[in-house]
Amino acid sequence: MEFRGTTYRLPSGTALVSGLNLRVACGETLVLLGRSGSGKTTTLKLINRLLEPTEGEILISGHPSLSWDPIQLRRGIGYVIQDAGLFPHWTVERNVGLVPHLEKWPEERIQTRVREMLSLVGLPPEEFSNRLPSDLSGGQKQRVGVARALAADPPILLMDEPFAALDPITRADLQREFRALAMRLKKTIVFVTHDVREALFLGTRIALLDQGRLVGVYAPAEFLKATEPEIHAFAASLDFDRGQKGGQ
Amino acid sequence: MNWYEFLLRNRSEVFERSLEHIGLVGASMAISLAIGLPLGIALVGRAKMQRWVIGAANVVQTIPSLALFGFLIPVPWIGGVGASTAIVALSLYAVLPILRNTCTGIAEVDPAVVESARGMGMTSWQVLWQVQLPLAAPVLLAGIRVSTAMCIGITTIAAAIGAGGLGVFIFRGLAMVNNQVILAGAIPAAFLAIVADSGLGYFQRSSARR
Repeated sequence: MEFRGTTYRLPSGTALVSGLNLRVACGETLVLLGRSGSGKTTTLKLINRLLEPTEGEILISGHPSLSWDPIQLRRGIGYVIQDAGLFPHWTVERNVGLVPHLEKWPEERIQTRVREMLSLVGLPPEEFSNRLPSDLSGGQKQRVGVARALAADPPILLMDEPFAALDPITRADLQREFRALAMRLKKTIVFVTHDVREALFLGTRIALLDQGRLVGVYAPAEFLKATEPEIHAFAASLDFDRGQKGGQ
Repeated sequence: MNWYEFLLRNRSEVFERSLEHIGLVGASMAISLAIGLPLGIALVGRAKMQRWVIGAANVVQTIPSLALFGFLIPVPWIGGVGASTAIVALSLYAVLPILRNTCTGIAEVDPAVVESARGMGMTSWQVLWQVQLPLAAPVLLAGIRVSTAMCIGITTIAAAIGAGGLGVFIFRGLAMVNNQVILAGAIPAAFLAIVADSGLGYFQRSSARR
């Protein structure tokens, strides 16, 4: 996946993302880090064509995103958002089976796949299959969201602050499990977050965005050593966090 | 003679008028659903047009029903005296709550749900039928319920232009200065309204439970 001079402007002319050049390697977890309004979510939506670039292009598996049929493109890209976006009128089983159903898999294969996916994200299928999203905790909803995104085995996974709304303990659990899962599944993952700690923990590389521009791409080990002022700002927020926990 | 004796003695005419009444309401509701639902769906996401159309429907609702029936009589094609004119006027009234609730019902569906539906690769048609409409159903049904109850009430006035229905007893009673005859029209009409309202209310609740 590659961004080539990608710009997205609102009709009013304001650029939310400007001149983005970025390559995402196969199988890596690229974290897009930035403050609110830095263009992270916009960048993500440009990939699955919920938004279309006003200038430049995005290559997906070597082809410009605009040459893909948007529906087929999206079915090949898993998508997880902050509130999970589960359909409240569908059971967990039906939610997870969404894309396989759209792709008209045979019923039996869908059922097997749904059970597999639920076990994969740590929800015993016999207990959770028939529940409605309203009977799940926030963490369980996100697990179902991840299971749904993975159900049709897409090569690419987009995640938009999936763990941001969870309590710290649940968040840490899910981050740990997700990291193990990502290493095992070898998907190309683009992960949006504003949390440096999460970025350092999950990313194989971190792309820092500031006001719609790419500041730089860093390996987690280099990130805190870099000299850009925006990185200092993020590093300082981390220090402040530590200071609060007793000045270690 | 009190009103239920009158009802019993004239039960065959009361029955016939009730059927006429139901027929008028049924036809008007069918037309206003056929217009209101697709129009409401077409207006989703078009805020400016939505304001115009709902504004126009609001204006129609402010016209007193007796006056609207009167206005329509001289209009060619749809006008004249009788049931068809009444059905046109009733449909105009009934369309507003359906239209408005279709628009608000769909607009109130959680944007995160719609975004993830699109992001997972559902076509706009699939998003509409599998996500937006089922989730908007309780609000939609509330609109249909309000429309139906209102329509049953206004239909009594349609007797003034010769459309028949239970209003015939009411106007006859007014002319005869006979309250029993008025009640013989008003009470079955109220009964119809209550039955329709509780029936639709049941659907509305069961759609909300899902």
